[in-house]
Formats: sequence, C-alpha cells, structure tokens
Amino acid sequence: MIILEYLLSAIALGMTFLYGSTGEIITEKTGHLNLGIPGIMCVGAASGCLALHHMIMANITNGFLLVLVGIIAAFIGSALMGLIYSFLAVTLHANQNVTGLALTTFGVGVMKFIIFGLRVGNDVPYLKALNAFRFPFASQDNALKYCGVMVFLAIIIALLTSWVLFGTKVGLNLRAVGENPATADAVGINVTAYKYFATCIGSGIAGLGGLCYVMDYAGSQEAYLSVEALGWLAIALVIFALWRPHISIFGSVVFGALFIAGAFIPTIIPLPFLQKMQTVPLLKMLPYVVTIIVLIVTSIRDKKENQPPAALGLPYFREER
Amino acid sequence: MKTQLALELHKVTKTFGSVVANKDVDLSLRKGEILALLGENGSGKTTLMNMIAGIYYPDEGEIRVNGEVAHIRSPKDAFEYGIGMIHQHFKLVDVFSASENIILGMKDSGRYKLSEVHKKVSEITELYGFHLDPKKKIHEMAVSEKQTVEIIKVLYRGADILILDEPTAVLAPQETERLFSVLRRMRDSGKSIIIITHKMNEVLSISDRVAVLRKGEHIATVNTAETNEGELTEMMIGKKVTLNIKRSDPQNVCDRLCVSNINSTNADGVKVLDNISFTARAGEILGIAGIAGSGQRELLESIAGLHHLDSGEIVYHDPKNGKEENLRDKNPLQIRDLGVRLSFVPEDRLGMGLVGNMDITDNMMLRSYGKGHSAFVDRKKPRDLAKRIIEDLEVVTPGVDTPVRRLSGGNVQKVLVGREISTAPTVLMAAYPVRGLDINSSYTIYNLLNKQKENGVSVIFVGEDLDVLIELCDRIIVMNSGKITGEVDGRLAKREEIGIMMTKDTSVSEDKNTEINKDTEEKDSE
Amino acid sequence: MNKAEKHIKEPFMRVIKRDSISWQKAILVRALAIIGSLLFSGIICYLLIGANPLKLYITLFEGAFGTKRRIWKLAKDLALLLCISLAITPAFKMRFWNIGAEGQTLIGCLASVACIYYLGKGMPNWLLIILMFVAALVASALWAVIPAIFKAKWNTNETLFTLMMNYVAINLVAYYLLKWTPSGSSTLGMLSEGHLPKLMNNEYLLLILVVLALTVAMYIYLKYSKHGYEIAVVGESENTAKYIGINVKKVIIRTMVLSGALCGLAGFLIVGALDHSVTTASAGGLGFTAIMVSWLGKFNPFTMILTSLLVVFLENGADRIVTVFNINDAFPSIVTGIVLFFIIGCEFFINYKVIFRKKEAK
Repeated sequence: MIILEYLLSAIALGMTFLYGSTGEIITEKTGHLNLGIPGIMCVGAASGCLALHHMIMANITNGFLLVLVGIIAAFIGSALMGLIYSFLAVTLHANQNVTGLALTTFGVGVMKFIIFGLRVGNDVPYLKALNAFRFPFASQDNALKYCGVMVFLAIIIALLTSWVLFGTKVGLNLRAVGENPATADAVGINVTAYKYFATCIGSGIAGLGGLCYVMDYAGSQEAYLSVEALGWLAIALVIFALWRPHISIFGSVVFGALFIAGAFIPTIIPLPFLQKMQTVPLLKMLPYVVTIIVLIVTSIRDKKENQPPAALGLPYFREER
Repeated sequence: MKTQLALELHKVTKTFGSVVANKDVDLSLRKGEILALLGENGSGKTTLMNMIAGIYYPDEGEIRVNGEVAHIRSPKDAFEYGIGMIHQHFKLVDVFSASENIILGMKDSGRYKLSEVHKKVSEITELYGFHLDPKKKIHEMAVSEKQTVEIIKVLYRGADILILDEPTAVLAPQETERLFSVLRRMRDSGKSIIIITHKMNEVLSISDRVAVLRKGEHIATVNTAETNEGELTEMMIGKKVTLNIKRSDPQNVCDRLCVSNINSTNADGVKVLDNISFTARAGEILGIAGIAGSGQRELLESIAGLHHLDSGEIVYHDPKNGKEENLRDKNPLQIRDLGVRLSFVPEDRLGMGLVGNMDITDNMMLRSYGKGHSAFVDRKKPRDLAKRIIEDLEVVTPGVDTPVRRLSGGNVQKVLVGREISTAPTVLMAAYPVRGLDINSSYTIYNLLNKQKENGVSVIFVGEDLDVLIELCDRIIVMNSGKITGEVDGRLAKREEIGIMMTKDTSVSEDKNTEINKDTEEKDSE
Repeated sequence: MNKAEKHIKEPFMRVIKRDSISWQKAILVRALAIIGSLLFSGIICYLLIGANPLKLYITLFEGAFGTKRRIWKLAKDLALLLCISLAITPAFKMRFWNIGAEGQTLIGCLASVACIYYLGKGMPNWLLIILMFVAALVASALWAVIPAIFKAKWNTNETLFTLMMNYVAINLVAYYLLKWTPSGSSTLGMLSEGHLPKLMNNEYLLLILVVLALTVAMYIYLKYSKHGYEIAVVGESENTAKYIGINVKKVIIRTMVLSGALCGLAGFLIVGALDHSVTTASAGGLGFTAIMVSWLGKFNPFTMILTSLLVVFLENGADRIVTVFNINDAFPSIVTGIVLFFIIGCEFFINYKVIFRKKEAK
C-alpha cells in the first residue's frame, strides 16, 4: 500500500517536472537553452494563483471554470515571460544564458511579490480552488487525490508535444531551426517566428508546472519556496530524456520518486543506512547525478541522434559574414 | 519572338561595410538554358547569387523574374518565385534523413507522411537519373550524395531556376560527369540553370552562355559556342597580362623536406592522402597544383603537425647540423622544439592563421609568446615586429592596435605572411596565399616568396591559378584526389599539360567507369 | 502574378553588425539603458504601491549609501560578488560556460567548515586558517575540474554539466549538515574557531582588500600572462590554438582548476570572514549573479567592479525600499531583473546597427 502511495506521489510531483521539461524541450529544439525556466515556472504559479484568487473573491465556484481560467492564466503569464526572453535572446541577439538567468531572478521575485499579496489576513482564498484541481479524486483520502486534472493534462501535453515534434511538418521545421538555423532559413522557414513561437509556447507549458505544483501537489502557498529548485530539475530532466517528451514522462516519475525518496524509501526498504536522516540528501542528489551520467554517456557514445540540438546556445544572425 | 527571360538583374549593387561585393551588375538568364557564371575567387559570384536566392538583399538595383519585378527578401520568397539555390556549403540538417531534409520548410496542405515523400523523391531521382536512398541520414552520406539531396530539394519544390554554387569543387571527375548529364536533362525539360564555377573546361562543356564577373562587376555575357578559353580568361582576369613575376634561378639547392609514402583517411573513411611522396628543396619554390579539395590542405597540415597520418614519413634535413628528423605525428610545438623552423600560411587566414578579434600586435605573438621562462608575455618585440611589417609591406591599418578582423583581405594576408617569414624559416608553406587579393597585394606576396627562396628557404606554394604556378614555381607537383599525378618543371610546363593531370580520372580501374560510359551513351542518343 | 505582389517593398528595417563603436557612445548607450531601466522600475513601483517616485529613488540611494554602516555592507557585498565573478571570468573568456560557480563556492564553504568541525578544537587559529584555505581551494578546484575533464576529452556540454553539479553540491552540504547536527535540525550555528583576523577592528576590511588584490591580479593574469594569452586564443578560435601548438585540453583543464580554486577562495572567505558556518544557501545565488556581472563587464576585471556595484547597489537600495514602504522582500529581485533586462538588451545597440528603409526613390 505504501508502495502505491509512493508511486502516486511520485507521479503527482513528477508532473511538475514534466511540464517544465516539455516546455524546455520545445524551446531547446529551436536552439535556445532557456535557463529562465525556474523563473517562468514561478510566474506560472503566481499568475495562475492570482487569477484563481480573483475568481474566488468574485464568488465563482464552478470547478470547471476555475480550472480552465487558472490554467489559461498560468499559461499566459509564463508565455509573457517567454516573450521577454525571445525579445532579448532572439531579436536583440543577447546571450542566452545571461538572459535566462536574469529571467529567473525576475520571475522568482515576481512570484514572491504576487503570492505574498494574495493573503487576506490568515486566509489564502485561492486554495479554495484546490478541490476543483483534484478532480476527479478530490474526495479520496490517499495520495490518489494529488493525481488530479493537472496530472492528466501533463501527460497529454507531453504526448502531444512528442507527436508534434517528431510526427508533423511543424515539428520537423522546428527541430531544423535548432539543428541548423542557416539551413532552415535557406529553405524558407521563418527562423525568428519559430524561435518566438517555441519559446513562448514552451514557457507557457513550463509555467503550468508551477501551478501544478502549488495547486495540485503541495496545495499550500509555502510550496512556492520549492518551485525554483524544481525548475532546475526540469532542465536536468530534458537531458535525461534525451530531448524526447515521451521519455520525459517516464523520467519525470523517476525524478519525482527520487525527490521524495526520503519520505518513503526508509519505510519501504528496511535497510539500516536508509533509516538515517542524512541519507535523504544523498537520494535527492540522485536525479542530478543520473543526469550527469546520461550527459557523459551520450557525449562519449557520440550518437548523433542523442546529442543536444546542434545549434543549442548559439545565436543566429543571417547576414553574419 | 525574343527568347523569354527567366531572370534579369538590373544594376544590382551590394556592399558589406566598406567592401563593394557587387556593383551595378546586369545579368539575364533565358528559359531552358545553362548559364555559367565565371569569375575568379572573390569576384562576387556567390554574393550575387545569394541576392537572387534571398540570403542577402541588394542595396540598389532590381531583380526581375519572368519579366516582373521581384522583391526577394528571404529564401522563402525565392522559392515562391521558383528559384532554388544549391550552396557550396550544403545546408542540410545532419540528423535528418534525405526525405526529411527535402520537405523541410515546405508549405503544402498535404498531411505529413514520410512514406509518400520517399515515393515522390524516388520518382524525381528516376526522372533525372540520380541515385539516392531517401531514408538515409545525412551524416551517414558521402559528399556527392549530400549534393544530390540538395538538388532534389529544390526540384521537389518545383523550382524552375536552379543556381549551383561551385557544385563540382567537391566532386570526383566521374561524379562531375554524372552531375552534368543530370543538369543537361533538366535543361532539356525546360529548367533554367546558373552554374557558378571558375573552371574553364567545365564552362565550355556544360553551358549555353557564359557571364563573366570581375571584381564585382559584370564584364560580358557571351554564347559558349562563340567563345574560347583565351577570350574568357581575358574577360575574367582583365587584360591578358603576362604576370612577369621575377623568377631567379635556384641557388645552392639541397633536399630540405622528404615526404615519402604518406597516407591518411578522413572521418568518412575516404582516403585524402594516397601514397604521397615528394621532396621539397631549399632555394626553390615547389608548387602544388590541383582542384580544391584534392588533398592539398591535408598535406600541408600533416607537415605542420596538425593532421594525423596512417603511414609514411616526413623527414626534415636540418641545414645547420645535417641531422635528419622525422616530423610525422609530432605536434607544432614538438616540431618547433626540434629546431625545425617551419612556417605555415594556412588557407583559412582568420579562422586558423590569425585571431580576428585580436589586434595586430597580439597576432604577432601567436608564434613567439611562449619563448622564455617568464610567466608573462612580452609585447614590446611583437609590437616592433607589427610596426615593421606594417611599414615594409605597406599594410593599410589605423595602427597596431586594430583588430585584424577589420583589415581588408589583402592586408590580413600581409600581416599573416609577414609574421610567418619573420621567424626566418627554413621551410615556408603557403596555401592559396593570394586568394581574394588585388593585383598589387598579390605581387607583394610573390615577391616575398621569391625573396625567401633566394635566402635559401624551401618554399611550398599551393595555388589554384595555373598561370601563377607556372610563372612563380621552379617545380610543380599536381595533386588529384589525394594522389600525386605528375611533376613538371615550372619553366617548361604547359597549362594544358597540368590541367589534364589535375582532372584525369585517377580511378580508371574501378567499375565506376562503366557508369560514365552509360551516361555519355544516353547523352549521345538524346 | 497579380498587381498586389508587385508592391512588396524592400524590408522595412534591417540589422547589420557594427564594425566598431566609439567608447563614448558605448558608455552613453549603457548609461541610457540604466537610466531607462530605473525610470521603468519607478513607474512599475508607482503603479504597484503608489509611492512617490522621487521618494523612491531617494530611498534607493539612501539604502545603498545612506550611512557608514550601509556603505561598508555595500562594499562587503560587492567584494563577495566580485570575487566569484573574477573566479569564473577566465573560464568564460575561454568560452567555457561555467554555470557551476554556485556549487564550486559552496564546496569551498563546506571544505572550510569541515576543517573547523573536525580539526578546530585544540589547533592554533593560524594553522587552522591555513588548513581551511588549502582545503577550500583544493576541494573547489577538484569540483570544477570534473566537468572540464569531460569537456576536454569528450566535448561533454559544460553548461548543463556544471549546472547539475550545483545541485549535487547543495545536497552534499545538506548531507553533512544532517550528519553534523545530531538533533537533525540541519542548522550548524556559528562556529567559534577559524575566524579570520579583523583588520583595524573592521570585520569586512580584510575581505575587501583580498578581493581588491585579486581584481588587480586577475587583470594582470588575463592581460599580461602567457596563460591569459592562451585563454584568449582558445576562446577566440580553437583552430588557431591548435595551429600554433597550444594544447587546448590542457588549457581547458588548467583554467577550470584556477576558476574552481578561486570559487573555493570565495567559499573560504564566506566561512572565515563572514558566516563562520555553512548552509545550503551559503553561496546565496551569487554564483548565478556572477555570470551576469562577468558577462556584462566584458570579462574585464575593472569593468566588473562597476557591474557588480550596480547589482549590489540595486539590491541593497531596494532592500531599504522594502523596509521604508513596507512592501514584501521580493521587490529587490524584480528591480534587479528589470535593470538586467535593459542592460542585456542595450548590448544589441552597441554590437549592431539598425538600418531603416530608404525613402522610395521615385
């Protein structure tokens, strides 16, 4: 039973990473390493909560409407962050890493600012929307209750993204932009438009991860403190999944499981060293260590299909001579 | 009725910063013809074509397609006008298959179904006589296959005007023949083709008309049938100049560098150096002729310690003590530490020989910074050297603190050659040292090389202009597909003789030959 | 072809790369960007909390420079940020994206604290400090050289590798904290040994002087040493480096050892001079901010003093605004973010030129 609970919790938490990594994969496939993802996820959480706050205050209690508006607001808020990134990194040719890091600084600030402002005395109105997000398992009294709407949506989006990236013309064009922008340009693909499109959509999706975590998994406003850290893990997941969202579904559950291993593993596996509290950080280290190993192994094997997009991190300027 | 024009350029001008790449160019392309665009390196051929293909936008002038003014702002616009360009550096996505590359960026309403694309690609390959596996990934392909993908890519989009930028530079002679027969079939089916080249024999064999560019300007367009090599060369290089390079007789000639039986294979498994042997002697200029990509670069880089060899030896005879040193598989520092004073002017000046963003002084230091035991660099001597080179070679620059990137091509080359000869080398290798340079700068370089020779240096000169090779070098060896196909005396050599050695089929014994015969038969029957 | 298509115009504007820009102009562009960003932040701030903008700016300056105490704090914050920025600069100049300064610094802190924890009792303070110093530098250098080795040997993507190493480091610190605090509180508290001496009775002065010396040394290293020259060549063109016989792998590894060791120095200073303890947040995100400082300072140590001053000024000043106007403490990062966006964006106008369409000739 505890194993099932563990698995469900891992899935629920994993979806936060899944949103983040799916969004980041879309962005990276056009050659942009967006280190602003943690900040974007924060803004996603904040804008979603902000919308929910106002709806609750306006006495809108329709569960469907709450979920829908929450998701749309989170998406738009984070897509706007993507727009800032695109404007700086694509149009103004700014350095991607620096832009991304500045975006994270900004996003974390925006989130704290907004979320703090949403307190009404000791009451946090947007949490009243919690049950709507836990549909259809809101009445469950076990970990299943965490596996609500956002979890299904995450998997659907990941599968859809995989299909778009690897099974449609749009995906083909998009991947070409990240592999070789000059080539894409030469065949008439609007490189700038694709970069903007991918970064904004990707950011929007990643932002849902923030909302997913705050509303669905943690269900409390204190949760915001961890969103940034989870965002970095989402970037790691991209490497782990070899830039494929469908592998990311599996990877996100593994990462989720490792992240909360401290709470479950000692109970499940009665080995003495696992009972010690200091084992927890070591378990939490695992996702990163595994990611590093994946990174190393793929670079040593040098199989072209498993490498990061060839133009990742490089600016593209057509008239460059 | 007048022959219909597929494409017209009217007074097209393009400048990059202070460099004029094209000036008031007029050009026309008829429907159903092959137009050769002839010009030396740096004459603005590629820039001109890039404007038609939407890579650059002209500063002035207009382009007409089928008689209508066309504003080609992007490659996409170009496709809409039915224009497709096959660039010299292939624009393909390595991790995609041939079919994926071919349909990339296309906007037709059909569903995305690769199997249908494969089928359509196969139809095109059959129609024009290509060979291609549509499912093969680009990074698994040989160069000629990649080129095929590029050509099919534009045909698939229904291009009526095809531009090929030096398509034969990367091809073996038999592959070139095959390409030409494909191009003829395209022309016969009504396509208009522009082929950029600077190889005269190809111009004469493939084109209907020839347009000649010189220094960014259009000189003339003539019917191929009514012209000859001499006339074209004259238009290409201007007035028929005997170059009049002063060539002194070699003094105190002795063996300096003996290369014997070296072999090398590149990452694609192609033999780039095939049993190369020759001797470079002190006090003479050894020329290396050949079509670009015949192994010249790899040869020089293996001598300089930058290219790995599978077998063979490179023996250096030290003039000071008569000792022999094998340079094979040593890196540039080890070679220098042996006391070998080897200078190398590489083909890629700003990407290898110099650092574009560094100033002239710092570029002078590249060779010498490591000297001495101090942890710090000494900038005084390099600065003096920079000043001396600027003065002696008349380098046009605001000062020694100017990044070399901002100098013009000729001045960049003077800086590079100046540095390389400043170390008093015993062997000086120069790859295409006058490429893209104006006449005056070229002569400066020739004189420098001659002076080195008179000083008893063994000079190795890789060139592409046969006239220069013949007038400058004492001996010329000819490379062709990684092999040496001949050696001639510079004072007795004939252009034609070298031309044949450069282009003759080196793989006669292989069965590929039958395919050429088949192609020519088909051509004859048409 | 229909008539409408004939009217397609030449592109409205095009962007070309500038050859060069005079330094006066470059400074003007940057100054305008900073002023613009402050105005913009002021407007945002006014809209959010409705405070008098003028009072806002005054508070900002007061918060940074208002009292002697604040100026010292500013100098301390600046020194620390600058120290880490200097540490990563050689790597960045080599075009090695070391995003891992956060972790490398943290490992330096951890190593220093480990020395105090295990050896602190009954050892003379000077010896302990030397041990801490050595341990921090060695540990951080080792931490930093791991990604460098893989980069040199297999071209493993260093940006992602160093980024991951940060979180491994954070969890390693968390592990030791749990190990060292039997209660499981994870809070180590201030350790009483291994304090660096106070100069002139000022707790920050030593730190500031060390970083000042480091700034000068780094400038000299990059500009006048053979190593610095090699770093520049490798960063500009690996091909050229090979052509003149520089061992690129060796330079990558050596430079990252240096970069890591200097992060270790920062860690040592944090422990020895300021915190006397370690937490998972000891590096406090400085490793990331340092990247922006270094990059915006064009990898020039002296320019970096200005860029780090700007960042620290904003954060400290905005902190004051938080107190005075009683708004929440997330405000400084928002302002910093906005200002950074402006500065990052303005580089475009320094490197590129926008050309608008000429008037129709007819």
